[in-house]
Amino acid sequence: MTASASSIAGGAVLDFAAHVRFRFDERRKAWIVLAPERLLLPDEQAVAILQLIDGKREVDAIIDELAGQFDAPRDVIAGDVLPMLQDLVDKKVLRQ
Amino acid sequence: MTPPESSDIEPPLALLAELTHRCPLRCPYCSNPLELVRASAELDTASWRRVFEEAAALGVLQVHFSGGEPLVRRDLVELVADAANAGLYANLITSGIGLEADRLARLVEAGLEHVQLSLQDSEPTSGDRIAGLTGAQQAKHRVARLVREAGLALTINAVVHRRNLEHLDEIIDLAVALSADRLEVAHVQYYGWGLANRAALLPTRQQLDTATATVQTARARLAGRLVIDYVPPDYHAHRPKACMGGWGRRFLNITPTGKALPCHAAETLPELHFPTVGEAGLAEIWYHSPAFERFRGTAWMAEPCRSCERREIDWGGCRCQAFALTGDAARTDPVCGLSPDHAILAEARREAEAAAPDFVYRQHSALGRHLTPPRTPRPRRPAAPRETPTAARG
Repeated sequence: MTASASSIAGGAVLDFAAHVRFRFDERRKAWIVLAPERLLLPDEQAVAILQLIDGKREVDAIIDELAGQFDAPRDVIAGDVLPMLQDLVDKKVLRQ
Repeated sequence: MTPPESSDIEPPLALLAELTHRCPLRCPYCSNPLELVRASAELDTASWRRVFEEAAALGVLQVHFSGGEPLVRRDLVELVADAANAGLYANLITSGIGLEADRLARLVEAGLEHVQLSLQDSEPTSGDRIAGLTGAQQAKHRVARLVREAGLALTINAVVHRRNLEHLDEIIDLAVALSADRLEVAHVQYYGWGLANRAALLPTRQQLDTATATVQTARARLAGRLVIDYVPPDYHAHRPKACMGGWGRRFLNITPTGKALPCHAAETLPELHFPTVGEAGLAEIWYHSPAFERFRGTAWMAEPCRSCERREIDWGGCRCQAFALTGDAARTDPVCGLSPDHAILAEARREAEAAAPDFVYRQHSALGRHLTPPRTPRPRRPAAPRETPTAARG
């Protein structure tokens, strides 16, 4: 299987992998992702995307929501969101 | 205690809790010191609980239960519960020897999230020889299955060197067969036992290049199935590693007797006094102890580091390596091509071309891990979240 063969479809539903925790750290005043021996520090835009990962929404719906939130063309948003989600699926931070 | 008002010192991300030096394995590259601590000198349960509470208050996010073999501590379930109750993400770093399903279930209930299982080779004859224990390899298969059945995340940690690198493809296949989420392929780092066994372990340049290519190919093939982390051996490099992400910047290590260290090898540096958790609180130690201040930031640096544009990228490399190879912990890490001591590495690399001597196995009173930098954030927004390893490697 290659990275491209596992690419995410618009109808895919994503959730955080088991044992991955997305939470606000009061000490640092920042959102963090805790994973096995890993820490991710998402920036503001990444946080906006990750907050929509709930194991229910389809990827297409997430892109629609963000296009509304940021008042930006849908294909521009999709061009940013899909590679990030793919990267996090490849790293097993998210699961399909 | 809070940091000084003007401080730009950030709180540590992770705590390596070395619960014990006791271990059923005798790996010749063990990251424990040459002088191993006896059971009677180990911190008790209540002291560890206080360490976890203070660590969480200080800002630590993850705790790595390590050793020696942490499973030999009878209070391990209690300690994991204490860490989880304090809000820490709990990792168990283990050989797996002696782990049974009922104890694993209690660890899960206590709040354990992840198990990092060591693997010495792909097959039993060599695996058992490197581990110094008959039956070790068989136990790995059993424990990997238990961990998956318990629903925990599983990382296989394969320390690689000239005696097992030819099996790297098989090691990767085995990690897939054991349903690991992650495989860490970590070349031996040469401190303590690893340094004592360097001639038996250091790979040739060709072995290294083959291994690096094997990892790259496997990463592409296994994307989305197995994440492969790779820690190269710096003896073949020209740029030093940003050891521990910089001294006293991200990591805190507590030894079995309660000494607080900036890294697990720091006790090899003779001039420093490392406070114990009995002498001072963790915040006091992190922000104010002379040992943590000694090599923090860039003010301690001499040339060529002082004026180097990479001084806040690699932080001068590794202090323990500088001391081990030059006798002076404040010198530039000899791995750096700009170091006046760089030729020392060429000498060591010649050992790798000669026949390998026998292992000196880890044991009590005979002669007596590291980090990759976080991935660079993407320039485009939204950036992939910046990824920071929270574990020592070695």
